[in-house]
Amino acid sequence: MNRQANGRIGRLDGTGPADPIRRYRRLRELAVSRLFLLSALVSVLTTMGIIAILAEETIQFLREVSIVEFLFGTEWTALFKNPKFGVLPLVGGTLLIALYASVFSIPIGLGSAIYLSEYASERTRRIVKPILEILAGIPSIVYGYFALTFITPLLRPLIPGMSVFNALSAAIAVGIMTIPLVSSLSEDAMRAVPDNLREGAYALGSTRFEVATRVVVPAALSSIMASFVLAISRAVGETMIVALAAGSTPRLTLNPLESIQTMTGFIVQVASGDIVHGGTIYKTIFAVGMLLFLMTLVLNMVSRAIVRRYREEY
Amino acid sequence: MDRLRRRRLFDRVFHGLVFLCTFFGVAVLAVLLIDIVADGIRWIRPDFFRNFASRIPAQAGIRAALAGSVWVIALTALFAFPIGVAAAIHIEEYAPRNRLTGLVQLNIANLAGVPSIVYGILGLGVFVNVFGFGRSILSGALTLALLVLPVIIVASQEALKSVPTELRHGAYALGATRLQMITHVVLPYAFPGILTGTILAIARALGETAPLLLVGAVAFIAFVPDGVLDSYTTLPMQIYNWSGRPQADFHSLAAAGILVLLGVLLSANAAAILLRNRFQGRIKG
Repeated sequence: MNRQANGRIGRLDGTGPADPIRRYRRLRELAVSRLFLLSALVSVLTTMGIIAILAEETIQFLREVSIVEFLFGTEWTALFKNPKFGVLPLVGGTLLIALYASVFSIPIGLGSAIYLSEYASERTRRIVKPILEILAGIPSIVYGYFALTFITPLLRPLIPGMSVFNALSAAIAVGIMTIPLVSSLSEDAMRAVPDNLREGAYALGSTRFEVATRVVVPAALSSIMASFVLAISRAVGETMIVALAAGSTPRLTLNPLESIQTMTGFIVQVASGDIVHGGTIYKTIFAVGMLLFLMTLVLNMVSRAIVRRYREEY
Repeated sequence: MDRLRRRRLFDRVFHGLVFLCTFFGVAVLAVLLIDIVADGIRWIRPDFFRNFASRIPAQAGIRAALAGSVWVIALTALFAFPIGVAAAIHIEEYAPRNRLTGLVQLNIANLAGVPSIVYGILGLGVFVNVFGFGRSILSGALTLALLVLPVIIVASQEALKSVPTELRHGAYALGATRLQMITHVVLPYAFPGILTGTILAIARALGETAPLLLVGAVAFIAFVPDGVLDSYTTLPMQIYNWSGRPQADFHSLAAAGILVLLGVLLSANAAAILLRNRFQGRIKG
């Protein structure tokens, strides 16, 4: 009885269940929600696309070059006549850049974070933090230019034996670019440490130095470590700085004054020439890219795992 | 007493040290900007914007590069903005809070950490070769769109999360459907945040060089593209090309190009901040 009445009234004012307007609305709701779902799937498809395309061409590549030679060979002469495809010199170059860049970015970034979180006034912090973050917003091509035309000419007279293209200048530029990554993330973590911990330490007569290094940094350590790993990951994937300033000589060395080549640098070198679709050189891009993708993926996952695993709850 | 003095000394030395770290970052930024202005400012004149690239530094300009950048970035925004916002709406407003959604979220976080050159490789494999778009503006824009998508999604999600639950409940109480609630209540409220995030993401794409190297930005283009399948160059590509040459004049040209690029980026950032402040005042004030 009641339901019937509802139905009739509904039909009269256009909201009844069998009403075409209402049906149209429900259909529209459904269609639009499916569109939203499809959009979300684009990001999933992107990941699948990256993995599929890298895997497919890498497998092709490994038909021509044995995986043992690729992963453990110490000679990379992919663009020469009798090419050798041992990727270790490229991996070594990448790690060399990442190492020297973090020697630069980690202490300076952490120092900035401690200053901004523990020493600086609120006013100073509000002004300085965005200025530091500009460093992260400058395109890497600009740092490449800076490394090549400013850092290298500045250092060469001071350091004998430094090549025009060298790992050190590139690493310094990569380090500068990643300072804000370390400082911003670490500072956020340090500011999240509750004040009563600091006040407790001050009440026991600690100096600011002691509060910062023995209370605040240990309490925020998980996020600080995670920011270090992220900075290393960024340095591993950095491309334009090393392409411009680090040279294009694949070699296994710990000497940062020499010209080297990174994985990204090699990809750029190949891309800048004529790539014949389907040739061996074409496939090396994907094989090296696969290695690069896996390295940064592992680093990013490690960074997240550190935060999850060692988080201190208050 | 002696011990106390030593501890205070430590504190003062440490204060100086961490101050120097902070000062270093600011000083480097200043040196970088001054160096680039000093190198490039003399090339900033009308001819620099009117001329195409040239072997002769005095006749070289960024006309093709600027036009290429505008084409690529406009298309990138066209692809990435609607998809990014729609994806964020799906995750925040529709998706159930379960493992699957968690995986989608994790996937987006991982994508944001993939080096940009890997997107270039994806674009080379998929857009240039499989889809057959060739080394065209379309390939470049699609690649950059995928690159900035995670950034736009995350920023839009943050904006959607900031919408108070009471507003949603209010809309439902008035009989709105979910879609009506989203289009009439949630989106207008979250729009400034979404727009700010999108502008910042697009600005990032504007400065990207590495992925475009792989999907076909060419260094030497002496025409203004007039279709999405044309070959192209962009401003960062032109800067890369000039920086890589040995002659000092080309380095100065690169510096001038950087000045233009930084000018555009700065304007984009300023616009993002202005928009946010303006809209925020109107809706929440």
